[in-house]
Amino acid sequence: MSKGWDPAIADLDGFREAQQLAYRCAEAIADELTPGISERETAALMQHWLAANGANDCFHQPFAWFGDRTAFRGFIGFRHFGGFNPAFYPGSRKLEENMPYILDCAPTLNGYTADIGYSGCIGENRILDKLMDDLLEYRVLILDLVKQRKQLSEISQAVDRLCAKHGYEPRHKAYPFQVLAHRVEKLDADEKKHRSVLNFGVRNIGKLVGDMTKGRREGWSPLWSSGHASDHPPTPGLWAVEPHLGFRGVGAKWEELLVVTEEDAFWLDDDVPQVRRWLSRGLEPLAKAA
Amino acid sequence: MSTQIKAQAEAQTLRVRSGDVELAVKVYGDTRQTAKQPVVVLVHGYPDSNHVWNKVVGPLSARYRVVAYDVRGAGESTVPTHTAAYELEHLVADLAAVVDAVSPEQPIHLVAHDWGSIQSWEAVSTERLKGRIASYTSISGPSLDHAGYWVMQRLRSAAPGEIAKVANQLMHSWYIGAFHLPLAAPLAWKLGLDQLWPKLLERFEGIRGESAPTQSSDGQHGVNLYRANVAKRLLSPRERRTSVPVQLVVPTRDRFVSLELLEGLDQWVDELWRRDVAAGHWLQLSHPELVVRYVSEFVDFIEGGEEPAALHRARVRSGRKPGNNKYAGKLAIVTGGGSGIGRETLLSLAEQGAEVVAADIDLAAAQRSAELAELLGATAHARKVDVGDAKAMEAFAAWVANELGAPDIVVNNAGIGMAGNFLDTSTADWEKILHVNLWGVIHGSRLFGKQMVAAGKSGHIVNVASALAFAPSRMLAAYATSKAAVAMLSDCLRAELADQGIHVVSVCPGVIDTPITGNTRFVGVSEDEQKRRRDGAKKLYQRRNLKPQAVSAAILKAIDNNRQEVLVGSEAHGARLLSRLSPKLSRRLARMELSL
Repeated sequence: MSKGWDPAIADLDGFREAQQLAYRCAEAIADELTPGISERETAALMQHWLAANGANDCFHQPFAWFGDRTAFRGFIGFRHFGGFNPAFYPGSRKLEENMPYILDCAPTLNGYTADIGYSGCIGENRILDKLMDDLLEYRVLILDLVKQRKQLSEISQAVDRLCAKHGYEPRHKAYPFQVLAHRVEKLDADEKKHRSVLNFGVRNIGKLVGDMTKGRREGWSPLWSSGHASDHPPTPGLWAVEPHLGFRGVGAKWEELLVVTEEDAFWLDDDVPQVRRWLSRGLEPLAKAA
Repeated sequence: MSTQIKAQAEAQTLRVRSGDVELAVKVYGDTRQTAKQPVVVLVHGYPDSNHVWNKVVGPLSARYRVVAYDVRGAGESTVPTHTAAYELEHLVADLAAVVDAVSPEQPIHLVAHDWGSIQSWEAVSTERLKGRIASYTSISGPSLDHAGYWVMQRLRSAAPGEIAKVANQLMHSWYIGAFHLPLAAPLAWKLGLDQLWPKLLERFEGIRGESAPTQSSDGQHGVNLYRANVAKRLLSPRERRTSVPVQLVVPTRDRFVSLELLEGLDQWVDELWRRDVAAGHWLQLSHPELVVRYVSEFVDFIEGGEEPAALHRARVRSGRKPGNNKYAGKLAIVTGGGSGIGRETLLSLAEQGAEVVAADIDLAAAQRSAELAELLGATAHARKVDVGDAKAMEAFAAWVANELGAPDIVVNNAGIGMAGNFLDTSTADWEKILHVNLWGVIHGSRLFGKQMVAAGKSGHIVNVASALAFAPSRMLAAYATSKAAVAMLSDCLRAELADQGIHVVSVCPGVIDTPITGNTRFVGVSEDEQKRRRDGAKKLYQRRNLKPQAVSAAILKAIDNNRQEVLVGSEAHGARLLSRLSPKLSRRLARMELSL
């Protein structure tokens, strides 16, 4: 196991900057969204924004999902190809009034990679509001159980149970390998523009594959799910955690970096849109706990 | 019956002049015009006279001033000889004359049946009685103009399904064509149809009653109503809109009016309510208590009272997407509605317009289901109920009856799991599983079945059994027995309630991944072993990956198509087939001990 990981303050600052950049991107593009824009156009806007603001690599290129695609209903819900499904990629779906959307981007800035998810809609959507309110409980639950050093599979199963209690579907199960979270690692800082293959950043995926090899030797997995591969206590490092809830045709998620140290765990940054939203909606007592 | 006789004894008889005819009018209840009671005016159809209201005037007159008159050509009223004298405008003028005489100031509440209803549509949508009618309850009589537009719109659409609806209505209306034949109908009445009439009513409509003294004459002359109006209005209909609140009471087994004719009525009526009753054409004779209740609720509401939940549900709301509103106006109760199949079924019903009640032993879970149903736009309620507890279920059913009215759909879904050898299953284990799985279904079916019958609802009782109802297994004796009992109960109940038009379906799911697996009791093993087996079962169920959604979809389909039994999952179909083709093999397989 990667023992003795003690995050350098400088490194955490670097990751925090990358995460803030990613959220600023999502908020900036969300402000520009108008009915009629397509998922592909939106993803491209995010890509340009990130490049213009200093990102030179990514974990994955920006994704945008509209309408019932936010809930990954239908074919994408199957387990084909280990969960890897092309329906993932931004499509031609056009945004409409009151339609939920999710923006998901994972830029690398100065070698630090973030991965965020941002939910919203133009207009009103009561179901989306409820999902986004309830997402707070997941943030509290996950951190709480990680602090208790529960096995990651157990934590993921607890998330599944909370979904069942809420009456939601855990739609992160539609992600590759049904992950609730995945590791991110520091890359070398440089100015070059780096390549992506099939929208995934070559260097970051390389790191992930490296983690998988290392984890297989050491008995842990960089892909955090409800399965046996995650039957191990929280591994120190940075985890991009992304609970994604679905109810009927509406989906919502957030994604944030969780810092796990030898003894403790904390969210990298509490100044993120979803936390600000919970506070502004008076969900404060819980938000404080988060 | 005694109140009715008394009320009749108190009836005041008037003769009211309308042009050159004189109408026989009866006034029941407080006959003083100064009385502040709402006035209810009853208009009969063909071939009836005011006698057709005999069973409802008593109870109604206890609370309202009730007026029933013989329309021209019927009963004691003048019988004009010219066909033209039966045109709708004269009938409206007659009604206006009656209203002027009995309630010159206070707007009246109109209740009409058959031809009375046809002419009353004309009255509420034309100028003559503007401001004089506070509400209108229409039973089995559409506006001829609406019908004319209905036919035109469907023929113009050129869609085969729509044209088939027109053909269907024409078949329902064979008698109208017959009435246009010279001599035929009047001759039939002269030759003694009036003597036969009560027998025909009893034979075909299940209604016992005496022949009205003027039956022969009513039958002969009323034919003119058809001759004077039908062809004219159907071929050149006029726009007939109304802002008078209209309550449609619809007998769904009406042989003479097809239900399709009422489609799209909200385009003509500002405020519309609709109540369906599983009954034939003469509702005021077959279900007088229902007619009294519906009229009273509507009149009281229009007079400024509360809108009871059942009436509120009956409101026809236009504007919602068609096809997404299939269960609008329906009340659905789901036991075990807090999780799994129950929650999923509740939400699917709510999504398509039903008002829903989640009943669960876990109140928080039921409340959560109700909250989700509300998010889908439904009115939803949550109640804590132990379904196997007779008292608790009676209290729950009473709450439903008082607060919401009789349900249209009841899903007896609550259940618990149990596995293990028969000889290890204790009396307490048996009592526990039968309490929920069998008694819950018995109470739910019995209490709500009664409510449906009393309300004339052609409702649906959905009993969730299991594929194990017909697939024996040494490992699941208690569970399989409880579910087999549910299936048999459903079969017997279906037979009994078929006459009332209440549909009973047993649902037999296979291996469905629901929270029940996490709570199943494994008898005769240690706690640790129980946990191990639960995890094993959970895994097996997850691997099968058949979701509660599959069951809820099957339940909705069964409701829509009046299916008797639905199987969910290929294993359920396989087990069903095996139990029929080779019961021996099925029993042999029952001996297998699967290690979970």
